[in-house]
Amino acid sequence: MGTNTENLQAYGNLRNRAVYHARNFWAGTFFGIGLMAFIDEVIFHQLLQWHHFYDLSTTQAGIFADGLLNAFAWFVAIGSLFLFANLRRRNALWPKRWTGAVFLGAGVFQLFDGIVNHKLLRIHQVRYNVDILPYDLAWNISGAVLLLVGLVILLQTRKTRKKAKESS
Amino acid sequence: MMNGHIQTTGTSFETIAGGIGIAAVLLYFVMAALTGKKFRKWPVHRYFLWSIGVLCAAAAVTGPLAALAHTNFKVHMMGHLLLGMLAPLLMVFGKPMTLLLRSLSTRYARLLTRLFKSRPIRLLSNPLTAATLNIGGLYLLYMTDLYMMTHQSLFLYALVHVHVFLAGYLFTISIIYIDISPHRFSYIYRSVVMILALAGHKILSKYIYANPPSGVSKPEAEAGGMLMYYGGDLIDLALITIFCYQWYKDATPRAFPSMENTD
Repeated sequence: MGTNTENLQAYGNLRNRAVYHARNFWAGTFFGIGLMAFIDEVIFHQLLQWHHFYDLSTTQAGIFADGLLNAFAWFVAIGSLFLFANLRRRNALWPKRWTGAVFLGAGVFQLFDGIVNHKLLRIHQVRYNVDILPYDLAWNISGAVLLLVGLVILLQTRKTRKKAKESS
Repeated sequence: MMNGHIQTTGTSFETIAGGIGIAAVLLYFVMAALTGKKFRKWPVHRYFLWSIGVLCAAAAVTGPLAALAHTNFKVHMMGHLLLGMLAPLLMVFGKPMTLLLRSLSTRYARLLTRLFKSRPIRLLSNPLTAATLNIGGLYLLYMTDLYMMTHQSLFLYALVHVHVFLAGYLFTISIIYIDISPHRFSYIYRSVVMILALAGHKILSKYIYANPPSGVSKPEAEAGGMLMYYGGDLIDLALITIFCYQWYKDATPRAFPSMENTD
């Protein structure tokens, strides 16, 4: 009886993954964005204090863009957890696809922060009073790696979905 | 810090504000207890949340915190977080509108419901209107000379504080539907407006950090701006969580899809 229910659950989950594949993607991406913004705030602003709240090169457009981005990230950091809970409740969680999307979201945030916020809008730099180039490289390369890992995992889940479609 | 600013401690405004606070708590307790005999008993946690909420609002406009806020911008900002964000959030959970409707006779309750359903109230309870009144009011206060003027005119001082509280309360009830909410807007629309409002709050706090309002020193503006930024984040954390939890409850599936799909 116990295994029978488990089988039903597992079978249902496989079917629901296909229905909710987009929701798994967005729940993961939002969580990745929120997580990275949170890490940025806690580690680089508060603990290391490398990032400054404001520096003199900050432009008005920078303040504006940063406010929007952080408000969005703060909202989705929390909202994505509820999306995750909803997927679990519906027996539709696809852990691999969700994880891939988390990497993707984290990578996109990191790259956006590193290129647009730090370099184009000059909101603040990674660190002050040091040669900034190695820091910028490390920042953006790590972002690109996260993004790539996410893409690879997501492509794999896409293949699984195609195969499942063909066999059914 | 400033020359010739008005003394509000012990003035009529402080007395009136304190009086309103005490009346709000007393009236609430009496109404809740009385209607509890006729209808379902009014839950204890609502008395508690309402009282703490009123206390937060009162602390911002009367007593030692309000006195310090005149000379210290960081304390002023603390008062604003209490008055415009925390107090409304706590008070909404006291469900004052529900209590009011319960206390009125059917005739007056009907009149009040008709008022709630009216067009002006619909416009006011639109999250975009509420957010504009709330955040827009703050921009007006800190980006013009209004902040300095509130220290010279008791009338302006009172007006600004009443506005901060009312607009904060309106914004809270336009985002989370805890109390009676006759005009409801979709989750997507409310989340977009909420993100824009939070962004507006963050942008303004960094602007204050960089450009002190007239009459405020640079270090105080920096401390106040950061308090506004992070204090706002903290209260928004609660607001967003409640909002998402309401969505989560609304999105409850009727049956488990896995079971539906397998039969």
